[in-house]
Amino acid sequence: MTAKTLYDKLWDAHVVHQDDDGTCLLYIDCHLVHEVTSPQAFEGLRLAGRSPWRPNSNLAVPDHNIPTTHRDAPIADPVSKLQVDTLDENTREFGILKFEINDVRQGIVHIIGPEQGATVPGMTVVCGDSHTSTHGALATLAFGVGTSEVEHVLATQCLTQKKSGNMRIVVDGRLMPGVTAKDIILTIIGHIGTAGGTGYAIEYAGSAIEDLSVEGRMTVCNMTIEAGARAGMVACDDKTLDYVSGRAYAPRDEMWERACQAWQDLHSDEDTVFDREIAVDAGVIEPQVTWGTSPEMVVPVSGEIPDPSAAEPAKREGRIRALEYMDLEPGTAIQDIHLDKVFIGSCTNARIEDLRDAARVVVGHKVANNIKLAMVVPGSGLIKQQAEREGLDRIFKDAGFEWREPGCSMCLAMNADRLDPGERCASTSNRNFEGRQGRGGRTHLVSPSMAAAAAVTGHFVDIRDF
Amino acid sequence: MKKFTEFTGLVVPMNRANVDTDAIIAKQYLKSIKRTGFGPNLFDDWRYLDPGEPGQDHSKRRPNPDFVLNQERYRGAQVLLARDNFGCGSSREHAPWAFLDYGFRVLIAPSFADIFHNNCLKNGLLPVVLPSAAVDTLFAQVESTPGYRLQVDLRAQTVTTPSGEIMSFTIDPASKNRLLHGLDDIELTLQHAEEIRAYEGRRREQAPWLFVGFDA
Ligand code: SF4
Repeated sequence: MTAKTLYDKLWDAHVVHQDDDGTCLLYIDCHLVHEVTSPQAFEGLRLAGRSPWRPNSNLAVPDHNIPTTHRDAPIADPVSKLQVDTLDENTREFGILKFEINDVRQGIVHIIGPEQGATVPGMTVVCGDSHTSTHGALATLAFGVGTSEVEHVLATQCLTQKKSGNMRIVVDGRLMPGVTAKDIILTIIGHIGTAGGTGYAIEYAGSAIEDLSVEGRMTVCNMTIEAGARAGMVACDDKTLDYVSGRAYAPRDEMWERACQAWQDLHSDEDTVFDREIAVDAGVIEPQVTWGTSPEMVVPVSGEIPDPSAAEPAKREGRIRALEYMDLEPGTAIQDIHLDKVFIGSCTNARIEDLRDAARVVVGHKVANNIKLAMVVPGSGLIKQQAEREGLDRIFKDAGFEWREPGCSMCLAMNADRLDPGERCASTSNRNFEGRQGRGGRTHLVSPSMAAAAAVTGHFVDIRDF
Repeated sequence: MKKFTEFTGLVVPMNRANVDTDAIIAKQYLKSIKRTGFGPNLFDDWRYLDPGEPGQDHSKRRPNPDFVLNQERYRGAQVLLARDNFGCGSSREHAPWAFLDYGFRVLIAPSFADIFHNNCLKNGLLPVVLPSAAVDTLFAQVESTPGYRLQVDLRAQTVTTPSGEIMSFTIDPASKNRLLHGLDDIELTLQHAEEIRAYEGRRREQAPWLFVGFDA
């Protein structure tokens, strides 16, 4: 038998039909649905008189549009409300499970999938959302799709796909204290660029990835799309099994034993050849801060804003424009950048470990005077509850942070949480595009502990010295 | 899906790399539950000087005279010339919907982000990948020639310049066939319904936990 990669195995197990040119019909085990990318798909089904192929393979949750305060009152923005109500109606009409806004299980779609045991190893997982790659941390083949494909999965349980290339990023060595999964993935993106993974499925491997918690692996896989690849994944190991075990929708009893047996094979075989392979030394990774309007515009916290004239010609103009937008000068030390707002949240970094990391930094401090708003938005109701049990909410609130209800919030600013023009924000989210957190807003992507330290000092600091 | 066979249109150059889908169609417009009406908000943050919200009369807003789509010579453009990694970021299909609604039928770039590329193909908006050098040539020509139009022939897989220079592009045969005939993807897949059921039968034996699902 030829050696296979993890991606090969997941792919092969889901091929329903293959055309001569290699186009495959790929079976989808789990489809996650949110309010923004699904209404037109349900409408398409209705217009064609179709119904979902397997309604119980779909799980829906509102997350992008919803307010993070006053959740007992109706949504104030009528356009947002209509979209959330439309998800209600569609899921009811088509018999799909949906978590209500005030259900403790509600949260960001990519956080609640693993949390509920809805996404488990060996699955194909899709969602009309590019950060679906997050679920690959559980040795799934998970990727984002557009609305036409959402409709296609609903109607047929399949997608028409061509296989990507195999790419492996091996991160070996030990991380310095204070350096996190977020810094690993930002370092990788800085290194290979935002198109570096285009056309590939990426497997993350090596001792530093093995050492990460499953939640940390989710942070890494989450930002795979920022490296240009649709799917990122990590092999199944004991940590994966421990993580999945006992979750609401995870297999139980005899079924659990059988599943664990099957999942033993979810790793790349020895001697597999990858189409592209990259090695990263974990030991030299520093805490990272993005300075521009693309996640690849990133430097270590000890560094300074790079001079665009030193960049390769093709990148020069983009960098000059980014500095203009960010209102930054080349040569400025990262630690001299002062902030207006701090956002701890998003499907990248709003899990319980992220909140613990941030709280550990905040304890005994106050949010700095120049920070107009520092907010923590837990990734789900269950995470919020857990954090409150541990007293993390008190730590944040005592320091002057706002403690909000779960949702996407200021990661994309579709609700009321946003930056005003010109405001500068340390954010634990995944995109620093122009206007992402609000028109004219300036985003610096960092890890949760770096964001927390920035909140209490008012500017970036090296968390290793904090 | 909208058919695509051959198209000739005015070209507009967008000279920046890594144009993301947040820039193509801003978040506030994603609240719509329709597929149409996004045209006035294509590149909203770059195109207007004042901020926009859904439901507003966008014809009353202040256009940014420096933005390329607002320049008189590019009025009515239907072919966009772009740089590397076009359409990166969010999977929002509202991005190709906005291009179509504005009147675009063809996008030309040295590379596209995967999900966006796919979303274009599903909507009859043709993403044409040409080598960087060819794209450089086109940028130089369009910038120096008012009224510059390109002819794009999907069947022949060619782009023809006004002077008759022909550039070839590749596209995967399955997507090409769907576009040429305007085929409905779902209908095509449902022709394999028996195979899908047979797969489910086999898979249910091997991995029954995958079929437990979520009950509404
Ligand atoms: S948290 Fe941000 S990146 Fe994640 S799903 Fe929500 S909007 Fe998308």
